[in-house]
Amino acid sequence: MADTAFVRDKMLAPQKAPSSEVGALRWMRENLFSGPLNTILTLAALYFVYVIVATIGPWLSRSVWNASTLQECRAIVEASFGEGKKGACFAVINERWQQIIFGFYPRDLYWRPTLTMVLMLVALGPVLFTWVPRKLLWFSFAFPAVAFWLLWGGTVWLPVAILLAFGVAYAAYRVLTPVNGLLGIVAAIIAPILYWLYLCAPLANVLETALPFGLRTLQSHEFGGFLLSSVIGVSGIAFSLPLGILLALGRQSDLFVVKTTCVAFIEGFRGVPLITLLFVASLLLNYFLPPGTEFDVILRVIIMVTIFSAAYMAEVVRGGLAALPRGQYEAADALGLDYWQAQRLIIMPQALKVSIPGIVGNFIGLFKDTTLVSFISLQDPLQLVASIRANQEWNGIYWELFIFVGLLFFAFCFPMSRYSMYLERKLKTDHR
Amino acid sequence: MATAAKMTVTDEVAIQITAMNKWYGTFHVLRDINMTVSRGERIVVCGPSGSGKSTLIRCINRLEEHQQGQIIVDGTELTSDLKNIDKVRSEVGMVFQHFNLFPHLTILENLTLAPIWVRKVPKKDAEEVAMHFLKKVKIPEQAAKYPGQLSGGQQQRVAIARSLCMKPRIMLFDEPTSALDPEMIKEVLDTMIELAQEGMTMICVTHEMGFAQAVANRVIFMDQGQIVEQNEPKEFFNNPKSDRTKLFLSQILGH
Ligand SMILES: Nc1ncnc2c1ncn2[C@@H]1O[C@H](COP(=O)(O)OP(=O)(O)O)[C@@H](O)[C@H]1O
Ligand SMILES: [Mg+2]
Repeated sequence: MADTAFVRDKMLAPQKAPSSEVGALRWMRENLFSGPLNTILTLAALYFVYVIVATIGPWLSRSVWNASTLQECRAIVEASFGEGKKGACFAVINERWQQIIFGFYPRDLYWRPTLTMVLMLVALGPVLFTWVPRKLLWFSFAFPAVAFWLLWGGTVWLPVAILLAFGVAYAAYRVLTPVNGLLGIVAAIIAPILYWLYLCAPLANVLETALPFGLRTLQSHEFGGFLLSSVIGVSGIAFSLPLGILLALGRQSDLFVVKTTCVAFIEGFRGVPLITLLFVASLLLNYFLPPGTEFDVILRVIIMVTIFSAAYMAEVVRGGLAALPRGQYEAADALGLDYWQAQRLIIMPQALKVSIPGIVGNFIGLFKDTTLVSFISLQDPLQLVASIRANQEWNGIYWELFIFVGLLFFAFCFPMSRYSMYLERKLKTDHR
Repeated sequence: MATAAKMTVTDEVAIQITAMNKWYGTFHVLRDINMTVSRGERIVVCGPSGSGKSTLIRCINRLEEHQQGQIIVDGTELTSDLKNIDKVRSEVGMVFQHFNLFPHLTILENLTLAPIWVRKVPKKDAEEVAMHFLKKVKIPEQAAKYPGQLSGGQQQRVAIARSLCMKPRIMLFDEPTSALDPEMIKEVLDTMIELAQEGMTMICVTHEMGFAQAVANRVIFMDQGQIVEQNEPKEFFNNPKSDRTKLFLSQILGH
């Protein structure tokens, strides 16, 4: 009976764990060799990695960076490593990388897209990270107009006139809101549109004659390569998220007309392949527009890509909205918040947080889908690769070029994916 | 009880409900409800599950819409006019069974959000008020935490404080303790009792009969969407009139 009555009369201090429970050995035992199946998988994976490295490693290590033709490359490899040996010929990248990145943008103007890229990083700062001063948001807001001017050139007064529309909207809102709240909002939407249609261009012309200042104008067909992909991709990303949120909200609306329009829009554009929309952008739109109107082809593509992606985005956001308990809406209502306040302060922050993986997945998909513009004979990087390979000097080369293009896209998409993980971690407040 | 002196019922009408009916689709959930609440009253609403208690108090701040009759809160009639609804909602606080705190905001942000955006109080002042009420519900040290880090009882007290920050004239409670573990019920009830003793007009849906006896001046019993019986607590518990009330009381008070 003695042992059932056992009590500890002196408390024990914690002791060091046995060595088998700590360190690298333990990690390997637990993660790599925890059982027969796991051990077999580990060995198989090791063998697989070995085969890949053994195949690609030598090829990469014998790479040639300076040569002017593929034949020259091969000769150099054989001369230094022996008869029949193969090596990577990155000389083609060395010689043609500018073309893959900038397309047919004039060489002496490469500084313009480069500067745009740098400014884009600055503009992204306050959007992506809360520790960047909030004042910079003004620059982020103006950035699209700045980028447009830098890339396409023309008079500086056009982007200035375009941005003035927001002043027009604000003024209309300020003047008419005291008369009637709804009227103020409607005016704030209609006034800038009217301004853009009728006043913007003449105003820019007047200013340009008064104070001429501008950059050399470029045509859209001079755009190409990764520059083209990123212009379309970044614009699509920037515009599709807000549009997608509005569509998702519209789909939940109690107003029949709003709801039906949004559902039709979402289902319509989701059910059509992007290529079809791109063909519509390149061919059909011109039939519908009044003859003589010139509607830039890149702008048309951006609109189509945005619409297409927004339809997907709307469904992702709707998923996030559906994940919110009703109680959140009720608590917001009970506190007296109005619809837009509740959406902005309570609903969207939570719904978007849940949808981050889906949203970023869409962004990445959109970015890679920009290569589809080659079907409407815009010069995306892959199209340029094809034309480089069509050259006599580089005929027969392909791995090196595709690796380069792949890395370019990866360099854009991978940070997006990492950022989404960072954001998820940062916004995690539910402590489940 | 010295503080109980403040628990006086005035003649001023806080809520007036006349001939109110509500349907969910074809289901007649509230039937001919007539009810007057004077300022300073502490009313406990009880009744079997599904009898329409939640629906009734949710009609008072228009979380649910009634189809017939009239609801006047603080002199404002609830119609589809959004302005009136917002006005009533900012005067009426509500505490839910499942707290419904905003999980993405800290406790302090939960408390200051509505004062800042609805009442347009400067952030600093709103935070001062928030800290005052957090002290009152005895958890000022949790201000910087997130709701997920608090116990159920603490979360419900935060929810009460959040409503109080809007300086409401009427408080509605929908089973505020029924999602809580037994040891946390008391801390929430104590907060509510304190509130009652300060003279707040309250309507509480609850089955805590101890609370009803301590602070309520009237108990309303609902069944099948109707007010079946109402009386002051002592009479209600000791001398129930209708058979439904007797049955209900025997079930919740034990044998
Ligand atoms: N949104 C709703 N749609 C349809 N029926 C509902 C809805 N909410 C509640 N009900 C029904 O109305 C009745 C009363 O509900 P409720 O007021 O929540 O009861 P209580 O709070 O007294 O338990 C119940 O039968 C319930 O099923
Ligand atoms: Mg209920």
